[in-house]
Amino acid sequence: MKARGSRPPVLFWSAVALIALVLVVLPFALTQIGTSWVRITNLAILYVLLALGLNIVVGFAGLLDLGYIAFYAVGAYTYALLASPHFGLHLPFWVILPIGAGIAALFGVLLGAPTLKLRGDYLAIVTLGFGEIVRIVLNNLSRPVNITNGPQGVTGIDPFRIDGLSFALTSKLFGLEFSEPTKYYYLLVLVVVVIVVINLRLQNSRIGRAWEAIREDETAARAMGINTTRLKLLAFAMGATFGGIAGGFFSATQHFISPESFVLVESIMVVSMVVLGGMGNVWGVVLGAVLLSFVPEVLRWTVEPVQMSLFGRTLIDPEVIRMLLFGLALVLVMLFRPAGLLPSAVRKRELTERA
Amino acid sequence: MDIFLQQVINGLTLGAVYAIVALGYTMVYGIIQLINFAHGEVVMIGAMVALTVINLLAAAGLPPLVVLLIGAGCAIPVCMLVGYGMERLAYRPLRRAPRLAPLITAIGVSIILQHLAMLVWSRNVLAFPQIIETRVYTVAGAAITNVQIAVLLVCVAIMAGLAALVYRTRLGIAMRATAQNAQVAGLMGIDVNRVIAATFVIGAGLAAIAGVLVGTYYGVAQYTMGSILGLKAFSAAVLGGIGNIPGAMLGGVLLGVVEALGAGYIGDLTDLCRIAGISDWLTQRCSGGGHFVLFGSNYQDVFAFVVLILVLVFRPSGLLGERVGDRA
Repeated sequence: MKARGSRPPVLFWSAVALIALVLVVLPFALTQIGTSWVRITNLAILYVLLALGLNIVVGFAGLLDLGYIAFYAVGAYTYALLASPHFGLHLPFWVILPIGAGIAALFGVLLGAPTLKLRGDYLAIVTLGFGEIVRIVLNNLSRPVNITNGPQGVTGIDPFRIDGLSFALTSKLFGLEFSEPTKYYYLLVLVVVVIVVINLRLQNSRIGRAWEAIREDETAARAMGINTTRLKLLAFAMGATFGGIAGGFFSATQHFISPESFVLVESIMVVSMVVLGGMGNVWGVVLGAVLLSFVPEVLRWTVEPVQMSLFGRTLIDPEVIRMLLFGLALVLVMLFRPAGLLPSAVRKRELTERA
Repeated sequence: MDIFLQQVINGLTLGAVYAIVALGYTMVYGIIQLINFAHGEVVMIGAMVALTVINLLAAAGLPPLVVLLIGAGCAIPVCMLVGYGMERLAYRPLRRAPRLAPLITAIGVSIILQHLAMLVWSRNVLAFPQIIETRVYTVAGAAITNVQIAVLLVCVAIMAGLAALVYRTRLGIAMRATAQNAQVAGLMGIDVNRVIAATFVIGAGLAAIAGVLVGTYYGVAQYTMGSILGLKAFSAAVLGGIGNIPGAMLGGVLLGVVEALGAGYIGDLTDLCRIAGISDWLTQRCSGGGHFVLFGSNYQDVFAFVVLILVLVFRPSGLLGERVGDRA
């Protein structure tokens, strides 16, 4: 940690203060464009949470997980079932979130335990299968006993409530209006900051270094006395926990969830965020998640007007152009920056050494 | 009708198609250790091109079989071109990149192909022209159609042809050498780039045929049809041991049969009314011929994955896969 001290502290802290200021003002600036942008930002923050969780599994420990969204689903459904009219249960969120995180962690171990022996792409397909199984089960668990309400999903999910202050209502404080998405925004930013700090601390900890060793060479790591079984399970469990927490927030902010939100494409999206941003680098992953959640939205709002002004009418379905550009962006970024936008230190080292 | 035999026949037909698609995955994986996520989309493009050509020729009054063959004959080169193009543009530049980078480009290519197809062929479910008149034969109490027989025959022929190519020709030797060690193969005078491109082209050609077969068998085609098919085929390739050609064939057929049998029997097997005696509540629910089915046939898609996971837990490198050390 001493080596870090070389960074000029004044510059560092003023950068932190600037970022904090931007984060505080952001929702009010976005509200000027439209409240929907605050909601989009909240979704983006949820993706940041997911990407950070997946980064532990993929980036730190090097275990390719293509079914990560399953843990998100588990967290979301736990929250939905314990705080909605579906079962008539309305537990407070600070009770449910830990339960959801715990169940998600359990699922993580459940997935991790039988797959410990698998390597590389075999693990990828098993996790993918696991994700699909969870989704299909959620989709069909409405018969013979209705547990998840099947494809219709769960509606009327409770918002967060802290001491009588409901997140669903607009409240006024210091003459400023705090709408529902704005309140969630601040809560989510707080959670993200905590989780980013946890991740940064984790990376250079004993556990983080052990994960890195496993990622680079599992056999050698074991020879060095690392308990690979326990650490791999820990990676799965921790990744799943973050996914579960994100899922709980997703339920609360959306008020409605259905299995459709947890399809394979979502898993792939989160993997893309991690890899595109720079596997193993916390800031890269945050950047990847923010970019990949905002770029499609920005395209959604620009593609049609641009076509209108160029040709006077909509020639091509904006949705198609949006996805085409998105796919193209994935390909191009990888072609020009194969290690991601902000490569992790280890990757940087590898690439320069090879050259 | 004999349900067991019927499901086996249906499963074999579906499994044979899975196997053909799985071959494309496994050949590419064997040679450059890349999961070509866009392979399923190539199958879709094959089906779509054939559909368009067949519709165009419908008025010409040619015999149906000839029309179908022309359709396939157009689909194959188009798919080969797509396969070559994506190898050249999206994968070749990344051959020395970190392992996950080509995976992401593969996902990107898959998104691009899917939406290009949506642009060309709309987002609707299209009817694949059923120009071959379906005839049903009864064998030992089970029905088998002429289309099913044709699908099976074509698949067997393709597998035999591919095996001959890989194990008997110079190109096959070059492919196997490159799969073992690309660098050394290069030193032995093999043009590794050409061999890899050839692998993609052959895989894409197989995908085109698979697309035509699926379209003819199910009678529908849509721009999303490639994803689930690709997923199943990829599972089949892993089940057999990815990178292993006989493994892909075995995995595909096995997966198809398991899926069909599973869908056929799971409802009966998990009907709790079979053991209604264990509780009064159940007895009440089941009285009067009622059912209390835990898992219905809508769990069909789960089977493929459950079987896959179980097999991999006990045989971590697939059914026929060799136990390889770390390739890192």
